[in-house]
Amino acid sequence: MRSPEKGARAHRAGAVPYLFLAPAMALFALFMALPIGYTIYLSLRRTKVSGLGLGKGARTEVFAGLANYAAAVGDGELWAGWLRVLGYGALVLVLMLGLALVFALMLDAAHVRLARLTRISIFLPYAVPGVAATLMWGFLYLPSLSPFGEHPFLSAGLVTFSMANVAVWGGTGFNMLVLYTNLRAVPREYYEAARIDGASELDIALRIKIPILVPSIILTTVFSVIATVQVFTEPTTLRPLTNTISSTWSPLMKVYRDAFVTGDLYSAAATSMVIAGISLVLSFGFLRIVKNRAFGEG
Amino acid sequence: MRGNRSAVAAVAILTTALSAACSGGAEKPSSEAASRSAAPAGPVKLTYWTWVPNMDKIAAVWNQAHPDIQVTVSKQAGGDDAAAKFLTAAKAGNPPDLVQAEYQMLPSFVAADAVADLKAETAQAKSEFGEGVWGLVTLGTDAVYAVPQDSGPMMLYYRQDLFEKYGIEVPKTWDEYAEAARTVHKKDPKVFLGTFSSKDPGWFAGLSQQAGAQWWSISGDAWKVAVNDEATTKVASYWGGLVKEGVIDGMPYFTPEWNKALNDGKLLTWPSAVWGPGVLSSNAPKAKGKWAIAPLPQWNAGENHSGFWGGSSTAVAAKSPNKAAAAQFATWLNTDPQALGLLIKEGAVYPASAKGAALMTEAPDYFSNQPDFWKQAADIGATARGFTFGPNVNVTYNAYKDAFDKAVAAKSDFAAAVGTMQDTTVADMQKSGFSLAQ
Repeated sequence: MRSPEKGARAHRAGAVPYLFLAPAMALFALFMALPIGYTIYLSLRRTKVSGLGLGKGARTEVFAGLANYAAAVGDGELWAGWLRVLGYGALVLVLMLGLALVFALMLDAAHVRLARLTRISIFLPYAVPGVAATLMWGFLYLPSLSPFGEHPFLSAGLVTFSMANVAVWGGTGFNMLVLYTNLRAVPREYYEAARIDGASELDIALRIKIPILVPSIILTTVFSVIATVQVFTEPTTLRPLTNTISSTWSPLMKVYRDAFVTGDLYSAAATSMVIAGISLVLSFGFLRIVKNRAFGEG
Repeated sequence: MRGNRSAVAAVAILTTALSAACSGGAEKPSSEAASRSAAPAGPVKLTYWTWVPNMDKIAAVWNQAHPDIQVTVSKQAGGDDAAAKFLTAAKAGNPPDLVQAEYQMLPSFVAADAVADLKAETAQAKSEFGEGVWGLVTLGTDAVYAVPQDSGPMMLYYRQDLFEKYGIEVPKTWDEYAEAARTVHKKDPKVFLGTFSSKDPGWFAGLSQQAGAQWWSISGDAWKVAVNDEATTKVASYWGGLVKEGVIDGMPYFTPEWNKALNDGKLLTWPSAVWGPGVLSSNAPKAKGKWAIAPLPQWNAGENHSGFWGGSSTAVAAKSPNKAAAAQFATWLNTDPQALGLLIKEGAVYPASAKGAALMTEAPDYFSNQPDFWKQAADIGATARGFTFGPNVNVTYNAYKDAFDKAVAAKSDFAAAVGTMQDTTVADMQKSGFSLAQ
């Protein structure tokens, strides 16, 4: 009598986790797997035009094999775009995360006044939408309108720095907050003990706070790497203002151009898969390298 | 980080495109069936994408008089984005019934099978338009892909007062224009006679048309592409020389910087199209009453040619279930005297139809100093020569922006940039499989 009841209960318990998972899985399938699948499908096809290409039936969609991928990988402009983004990303990562760390440590130091106000004012730029922020900086960069005088902020040599500046301005506050929140969770006794041992504020920062922050720093770095690989808003918004940003300045801009300007959805799909692959390699590669530091120690 | 947000946006776009594509495929038969059965029951409902200001007011006049055909206007941003949006919607299977189509984009729409042939519905309307402008909507074929709405013959806008101040005459030839550019820049290094815009391929196409360029033509069953023909190369080299010399500025049009230069009298001319008054009055309000128009400078003294920049038509989507009703509205909008009057008054449109052009009498307020503005414009418009646009103008135009961006920034050879445009255009057509003539 007892055993079947027990069996039924076990059976029920086996189904329940899946039931709880179902909404998430359904959403994942609908909004992630399906679009990705469709993108892969598109990336394997191309338009075939016959004759003048006018009128009905002159344009058909055919299977293209890996031709779009070959074209994407073989396109020098795409790799030139990666190089530009690499330079831009290095600037943004170092400046933004460096500033975020310095600000977080300073705010966390013992006797800072107006900490809350400072924190909000550093975080505030993050609340400004990217397009608005870039437009605002764009006005500041335009020589004849700029209150900084006639400097060539948008010239070929400086435009990368000018763009990085917008990203740093907008992103520092968010990253600072992540690090700062982590710092506030550290028991104050650690610092007290260190002070009793004769450590200065600088020693505490370097030897206690930063090591504790390592997992958070890794997290913000991964976020930032993914974001810089996807840089799109800043160059696209600044492009109409200057001659120095091409329509394929960053890899994502090339995808946008292929899909919506020159109307080749298939190439755009293939290129976006290549970009997705590279961002995966970059972010997981980074995680792998720092794995022990991040998750090995506690 | 901004990137996270754009990623979200990208996913959103993808999913919308996807669901649109799915629903487009799945619902096609049912929506057709619905329209067939619904037609006698209620009024036909049409959607119309346009960027003409106050078009909703004009549609309201139509709706009042035609309770059986109700048009809803959806206001769009103009330019390349509008064309891309329409092509995407057509591909996804849910385009608007009516769309405003710039002439140079029409071949792309036709090539994508996104617009309907209105030959039967527009037989009456044909006589209302000049041959040149009608050719822009037939693409040299037997079909009619849209009803012309406005046209953009080019002319020279210049600052009357400042020409006097710097002691220069209105240039009659491009040689005189170059000379004037040198004079002005010498007298005040902060002032330029004009600027070369690497962002406005339509502007450059118009100047090339004036010089006699023919970027695309159809020979037999094949396209002939000649973006780097002699006329175009001549135009490019001319401007390249002036930019290199430093007497013509290289800032793009329609930027805040350009507006400021226009407003402050730092730019003395703008070779632009008949729709220029709208731009000048909103972007350079301070200079009201100081600008005037004259014919474009000519390549050879005694010639009289102009080109077209912009202009658009009203097209009907191939997928629209109510093509006949849509064509009826498009014809009314662009040929009926009442509609033309409204287009001029409410929409600030320079109508393509002869009847419409004749309605333009009172000079724009901004040009109160030139009471015969429209008479001049009509005379200039009669000298404009256009060309047949090809099926991948968007590729050519994008190549223009990239190639000339670089050329202007580096002050390098503009003819080479024209070569890049040609190569990019041909390569794209070859890739898709178009028949090309040598």
